Amino acid sequence: MSAATSTAAAAQNPHRLGYRGLGPHPSDHGRSPKRIIVGYGFWIFLLSDFVMFSGFFAAFAVLSGANAGGPSGRELFDIHNIGVETGCLLLSSVACGMASLAVDARNAVWTQLMLMVTGLLGLVFIVLEVREFSGLIDQGAGPQRSAFLSSFFALVGCHGLHVSAGLLWLGTMMAQIYAKGFTPNMIRRFMCFSLFWHALDIIWVGVFTVVYLMGVAR
Amino acid sequence: MLLGKLSLDALPLHEPIPLITSIVLVLGILGILAWITAKGSWPYLWNEWITSVDHKRIGVMYFMLGFVMLLRGFSDAIMMRAQQALAYNAPGYLPPEHYDQIFSAHGSIMIFFVAMPFMIGLMNFVVPLQIGARDVAFPTFNSVSLWLTATGVLLANVSLAVGEFARTGWLAYPPLSELKFSPGVGVDYYLWSLQLSGIGTLMSGINLVTTILKMRAPGMSYTRMPVFCWTALASNLLIVAAFPILTATFAMLLLDRYLGFHFFTNNFGGNPMMYINLIWAWGHPEVYILILPAFGVFSEVISTFSGKPLFGYRSMVAATMAICILSFMVWLHHFFTMGAGADVNGFFGIMTMIIAVPTGVKVFNWLFTMYGGRIRFEVPILWAIGFMVTFVIGGMTGVLMAVPPVDFVLHNSLFLIAHFHNVVIGGVVFGAFAGYTYWFPKAFGFRLHEGLGKAAFWFWLIGFYVAFMPLYVLGLMGMTRRMQHYDVADWQPWLIVAACGAVLILCGIICHIAQLVVSIRTRAQRMDDTGDPWDGRTLEWSTTSPPPAFNFAVVPDVRGEEAYWGAKRKAIQAGRLAEEPKYEAIEMPRNSPTGFVAAFFATITGFALIWHIWWMVLMGLFGAFATFVAFAWRDVEEFEVPAEEVARMDRERRQARLVIVNPELRA
Repeated sequence: MSAATSTAAAAQNPHRLGYRGLGPHPSDHGRSPKRIIVGYGFWIFLLSDFVMFSGFFAAFAVLSGANAGGPSGRELFDIHNIGVETGCLLLSSVACGMASLAVDARNAVWTQLMLMVTGLLGLVFIVLEVREFSGLIDQGAGPQRSAFLSSFFALVGCHGLHVSAGLLWLGTMMAQIYAKGFTPNMIRRFMCFSLFWHALDIIWVGVFTVVYLMGVAR
Repeated sequence: MLLGKLSLDALPLHEPIPLITSIVLVLGILGILAWITAKGSWPYLWNEWITSVDHKRIGVMYFMLGFVMLLRGFSDAIMMRAQQALAYNAPGYLPPEHYDQIFSAHGSIMIFFVAMPFMIGLMNFVVPLQIGARDVAFPTFNSVSLWLTATGVLLANVSLAVGEFARTGWLAYPPLSELKFSPGVGVDYYLWSLQLSGIGTLMSGINLVTTILKMRAPGMSYTRMPVFCWTALASNLLIVAAFPILTATFAMLLLDRYLGFHFFTNNFGGNPMMYINLIWAWGHPEVYILILPAFGVFSEVISTFSGKPLFGYRSMVAATMAICILSFMVWLHHFFTMGAGADVNGFFGIMTMIIAVPTGVKVFNWLFTMYGGRIRFEVPILWAIGFMVTFVIGGMTGVLMAVPPVDFVLHNSLFLIAHFHNVVIGGVVFGAFAGYTYWFPKAFGFRLHEGLGKAAFWFWLIGFYVAFMPLYVLGLMGMTRRMQHYDVADWQPWLIVAACGAVLILCGIICHIAQLVVSIRTRAQRMDDTGDPWDGRTLEWSTTSPPPAFNFAVVPDVRGEEAYWGAKRKAIQAGRLAEEPKYEAIEMPRNSPTGFVAAFFATITGFALIWHIWWMVLMGLFGAFATFVAFAWRDVEEFEVPAEEVARMDRERRQARLVIVNPELRA
């Protein structure tokens, strides 16, 4: 009898263990709209990408002192060049933000224009990075020289590969927006792209701080 | 030049065992292809399976992949057991370079291509049905995941015939796995096959997390989800958090091997110990990625066959999520002997013991679920009971090894081998078979043969104990793992017993194959007409067996825990089904060859990378990119199932269900 009563009480009180409330749940309205699902999935992908970068960051942290008698970051890094690179990447994100305003306004001309600016600034970033890499390799400070340089090239190069992949994506998406206009599909993809592009900025802020600023200060 | 490192020397023309195996395999595959062609089944296979984006079909294909690879991984196992039974003061029949490949392939295949596809297959099939969804969040990516896993499987098996597999153990520790010490293509086969299938696994993880968090039916709040969904959520969160570490680690080793980097070399400042840390930062969560869904299966099975709701649902959820978090804090116990010092070892030893606590909570919850229940001893619950006994033993030996001083004695001995087989076979494999038997009728509309299922269970259970208990003894006697031959006479009797155990497990596998064949041939005797063959409690049993492509004619409206059980009780009390709902047309994703074609190009890219055929690498990458552009360019993504069709199918289902509410009709 008392067991039955306490079970009944538990069924009523939502804060008790064993609560078996009936009826629809106030916070739950079933399947989310597609835009939410796509954005959410993409966020999870970005988080997993961050985890991958954290692997490279950890390797860099472990190996950053392992010069093997070779040059250190202090001797190698040209902080001004990196400053320009950083500026390009951040401005490119501003342009990407402008593009998302243009997408919201369904303005095709401004969208394409701003995406073009986004892409060009990204391209400048990549060109500067490639120049930095080839300069280092020319002075005999390539990734084969020491574990420190291996981890440096891998971490910064991994970010660079992401930016390059982003540029490929951007080009494809611009062609698609041109061909198909602002379909719901394209708007969702643009949303994912802009998340991706901003996420690469966050990674770069980490790279800039941990690799370059701390490298020249060391 | 044109073919990179590839030449005729890559074929095993002078080694009889791999040569004969590869010829038999190639002939077998050609035979199957010819048989399919002769029966004219290609259009059916292509349209209904290969290009399918249906989560149920993809789940079934994952499971089939896992089963086929179980045969491969088990042949490796029985070869090793035979070698060790023979190799007292003798060379045995396997030369060391071949034996080393076999134990490396056995480990990699069993974890990545057997246990993972089993678990991902079950989650793929069951989760959307249990949460009342029509499909996963990204159906086409789901197909890409499957086929990328198949790419990994293919590459790992091609190494049998073309070139060699790694001889470095299943985790390819450097510096042994560096180019200097492993100059062949074996490690490259290992790395690329796991790298490509790892991408597929990561995509599956993202897909299922999004599905569970964002696509539940109305009313299916978190605390109403079946425990299998909770364990699937935890497992997929771990995939999302852990697999990128594996990708990064393998990428570093690849850079070392291909471009002369110095991450893990033993010169130029490289640090092999970092690899071991990184790989286990993935590896330990991986253990829980595999076991958590199995825990979910057992929770469903034990509750269903005890005819009771799961005991301590919320403590089960809490335990699952606790394991999910703690699993990232114990990785160092895999290498206490590396020399991190007493404090670090002490911390990880204690964390390892703590993680046993939530698992213990689960075991007690299962026991209390059975207590006082009306237990029906069908095949799935036999696996569950076998699991509980076996897994507890494995867990206790694990806690024993969590004590660092003990680990210093037992590290890399056969005691360790016995321990992890005890938890992986007793946990993951038994879980896979319990889930297979339990959900088979849902997938195909008929039950598996019960007698043969019981025979398979007993062979596996007894075979497991006979095969692995001697390994505990051998470990305590000082025998280390991966020995091609030895000179201690006392070991041999135990190794012969272990080999006999492997033969018993072989009988279990044969029973499984026989069970499948017999069940298909005599399926008319075991049809599941109602869609609820086990008197189930969760939503997947409310639809037909097999379910329609859209799973549910009308998205279920969930009222309370054990969504289906509650509705079923209500209908039985009322003596009739609920009112017929209003049917609407359903939009479903169209099938797409994207996954298959992308994986085709991934296979080409992987093979070309392994053999340094650079033009082919570029071709493969370009092909994969073009595939995705083509996929992104398509306009019609969905097809519509008309309302009349939905209504017709659902009325049939309702008709079949009348026997549930009115048992007199059964006669």
